[in-house]
Amino acid sequence: MSTTLELSLPTPAASATPAPSRSYWRVVGRQLRRDPMALAAGLVLLLIVGAAVLAPWLAPADPYKASMLKRLLPIGSPGFLLGSDELGRDMLSRLMHGGRLSLLMGVVPVLAAFGIGTAIGLLAGYVGGRLNMVIMRVLDVFYAFPSVLLAVAISGALGPGMSNSLIALTLVFVPQVVRVAESVTTQVRQLDYIEAARMSGASAFSIIRVHVLGNVLGPVFVYATGLLSVSMILASGLSFLGLGVKPPEPEWGLMLNTLRSAIYVNPWIAALPGALIFITSIAFNLLADSVRSAMDIRR
Amino acid sequence: MSAPLVSLQDLSVQFCGHRKASALNAVNIELGAGEVLGLLGESGSGKSVTLRTLLRLHPERTTKIQGKMQVDGQDVLALKGRALDLYRGGTVSMVFQEPGLAFDPVYTIGQQITEAIRAHEAVGEAAARAQALHMLERVQIPQARRRFDAYPHELSGGMRQRAMIALALACKPKLLLADEPTTALDATVQIQVLLLLRELQRETGMSVIFVTHDIGAAVEVADRIAVMYAGRIVEQAAVGDIVRAPRHPYTVGLLAATVGAEHRGQPLQAVPGAPPDLAALPPGCSFAPRCTHASERCRREVPPLTSLGNRAVACWHPVQPVAEAA
Amino acid sequence: MNSAPLPPSPVHDRGSPAQPLLVVRDLKKHFPVRGGPLERTKKFVHAVDGVSFSVPKGKTLGIVGESGCGKSTTARLIARLMQADSGSMVFDGEGVDEFGGIRLKEFRRNLQMVFQDSFASLNPRLTIAETIAYGPRVHGMPAAEAKRQAHDLLARVGLAPAQFASRYPHELSGGQRQRVNIARALAFDPRLVILDEAVAALDKSVQAQVLNLLQELKAERQLTYLFISHDLHVVHYISDYVMVMYLGQVVETGPVERIYGQAAHPYTRALLSAVPSMDPDRRTESSPLAGDPPNPINPPSGCRFRDRCPHAHPVCEARTPALIGIAGEPAHQAACHLNDPASGHPGALPETQA
Repeated sequence: MSTTLELSLPTPAASATPAPSRSYWRVVGRQLRRDPMALAAGLVLLLIVGAAVLAPWLAPADPYKASMLKRLLPIGSPGFLLGSDELGRDMLSRLMHGGRLSLLMGVVPVLAAFGIGTAIGLLAGYVGGRLNMVIMRVLDVFYAFPSVLLAVAISGALGPGMSNSLIALTLVFVPQVVRVAESVTTQVRQLDYIEAARMSGASAFSIIRVHVLGNVLGPVFVYATGLLSVSMILASGLSFLGLGVKPPEPEWGLMLNTLRSAIYVNPWIAALPGALIFITSIAFNLLADSVRSAMDIRR
Repeated sequence: MSAPLVSLQDLSVQFCGHRKASALNAVNIELGAGEVLGLLGESGSGKSVTLRTLLRLHPERTTKIQGKMQVDGQDVLALKGRALDLYRGGTVSMVFQEPGLAFDPVYTIGQQITEAIRAHEAVGEAAARAQALHMLERVQIPQARRRFDAYPHELSGGMRQRAMIALALACKPKLLLADEPTTALDATVQIQVLLLLRELQRETGMSVIFVTHDIGAAVEVADRIAVMYAGRIVEQAAVGDIVRAPRHPYTVGLLAATVGAEHRGQPLQAVPGAPPDLAALPPGCSFAPRCTHASERCRREVPPLTSLGNRAVACWHPVQPVAEAA
Repeated sequence: MNSAPLPPSPVHDRGSPAQPLLVVRDLKKHFPVRGGPLERTKKFVHAVDGVSFSVPKGKTLGIVGESGCGKSTTARLIARLMQADSGSMVFDGEGVDEFGGIRLKEFRRNLQMVFQDSFASLNPRLTIAETIAYGPRVHGMPAAEAKRQAHDLLARVGLAPAQFASRYPHELSGGQRQRVNIARALAFDPRLVILDEAVAALDKSVQAQVLNLLQELKAERQLTYLFISHDLHVVHYISDYVMVMYLGQVVETGPVERIYGQAAHPYTRALLSAVPSMDPDRRTESSPLAGDPPNPINPPSGCRFRDRCPHAHPVCEARTPALIGIAGEPAHQAACHLNDPASGHPGALPETQA
């Protein structure tokens, strides 16, 4: 066996490290933990999500309890750490509770669109041909409208309410996810390893599950994480327009709307929900970027 | 040869960006006017890096260059701004492996050559166009007048490579760098381009550095061959001496691995293993881990390129020429 | 590797040893070219245009030709990665995917392919052991057994399993990845392996290692190779028979010594003399052919090589030369009027031998 021996020699890359764990996601996780930007963004998100989830226990006051006497108190007032809003409700408590709805509105439509869009995109990309053309042309129609307008239109047609705006946002994101999933699938489908898998006599389902899905999910997932911030902002926008969450529910977009009139009285209070939307979406975006580079383990 | 046209002294290139790698390690090359040097090596041997360094094409921020590099009396590492622009394309120009990528797809071949001429010479539009057309004729493009107005994608691979050579020679460079110019071409086209390069070199008297992994192609055009391995020159000699009596074990292995009719029915003498990782070169001779002659000294000390008769070899235990008599 | 014998393939050698392992008849594939919206007539790339050949058992058939000659398309048609427009195949005496013949799935098991791009042909998200085990798993092999088999195959192709099995493709060198691709092909215990430029992207020193491995495996497992390459040296080294293609057609085919020694087609001769000489004192002085291979969209009528052929004659335009046996050497066939005394080409050899 002359050829067996020679390859125990040093080879480019990896032979030096013993490499404890070889699972793909562990490799990605290790990469992420080494990335300071990912850690920072993750920490910020953890704080915001934690505060929202634990709001009922952590919030210092009842977010619905109004007081005519204590309206628009400045930041740092005794008993009102972040001031109070136009009805005298504690801002800190309202922001914490508001995160529950705002984050929900950010995450749920993206998750739904990720699932639906990836499935349609895989189908269109893998089958190709006429089916692909039909699916993609139909989606192009959705694409022709700006996403804000589309969200407003669908939301308006369905009527106000939280579940309706979730549906509206999902419908806005599905075509975008499909596009990405379809183009990645089309690329992957042409690679030699798919042909090699076909040579092995594997069924189309098995090939999609093992060879296509794994390589398509990554890029689509990264794209979807980028949508999280868009979704949050759109949801806030819908609430702002009165199409999403109804008052007196605390929600960042809605709070921004109701505090609008107070901007001349106490601009800092009015800016708080906006700042949270901003920080959260930036953190989502930064994390998405880090995940993208960590998932490209080839480098 | 009084002063060589090209002189590289202890040239080292390190990439220190995303990935670290010692791409060139103390390379010395001297090339006289009108000489053709073949740089022979496998992927990662540093042959293309040498060419790109000669044109200063590496991003300065992530590249560390040490040593001296003189071309036509100019210190290339000190060139800046306009002088560098004139040097690139004027004194030295390059032919790439993929002519499809080296041309801008939105301009015609003629426009691009004309523009290159006008960038380097103070000539009018009409004169530059005439010169460009003449260049296309010189590289033996049939129906040059029609091809002048063709877009790169309208030409076949061989024609594109000829046009690329016309572009490179348009400003009469003293040194032509050819980076695997025939690798992407079909066999019958490859030989045409090799013959063309040889002919143009003879006509213009320019010097050429011809980078290739194919010994056959190097033998067709080069006067001298420098064999590179892991960023170092391991052997340098006249073409005939390299092919007939290689002294460095790597050159010997490379020639033995070049398949020929005489090997039919028997296993090839393959060099075991794979080239080293440029980020972590062994302390001694880079070829030692794959070498059958390697000794303790080879693993400890880097052998310098020393002259041995009419050639230079970087090896502690050069192969005796008799070994290759068969 | 006798530690763990591979499961014997259920079908082995049905025909006699003299029965060719694969016979291909009149394979055709034309790709439509998308023209402008105003173009009425549809154009076609004649990628493979009536290719017929056979591969004897245990031999290697080398297919050579320049880009656009259809050699890779032929491989894909045989592997059924692409549907042929017409043509038929017989595998060891049985029609492929025909009534009463060998079923497609069975045929696929017996035929595997190794591609040129060692990186693109491996799933970047699977370890190499997973990649090799995937095929057998699909066919119902238990996970543990498939894993053990993958380790054995890795050891056989020269990659120590303890060191390599759990690596990802990007952690290997090109030569190592190509070994993995070979191991994957062997996991089915195939009888025919199509090597589509399988060593073309490798460095010379590594290429020799892989060629040696292929030769060893062939002897060990009685494999038959279809070796597609543009490298005439490598084809000469590894092939028993050689087939030369030009613009989607076979122009010459025969035993390797005949093709390299007494090529009968002007194109074959040109191709062979275009190889750079290795002797600096005897450099090539003139190019055997001018110009590039023509576009296969509109191949010339008659003989497709006539535009570039130094012996072209009006008869070459009028009549398409058939692939016929050279006098006295029926295994050596060429499609050129020069070899057919009845063709009417003035340069044709007179009928000397019976």
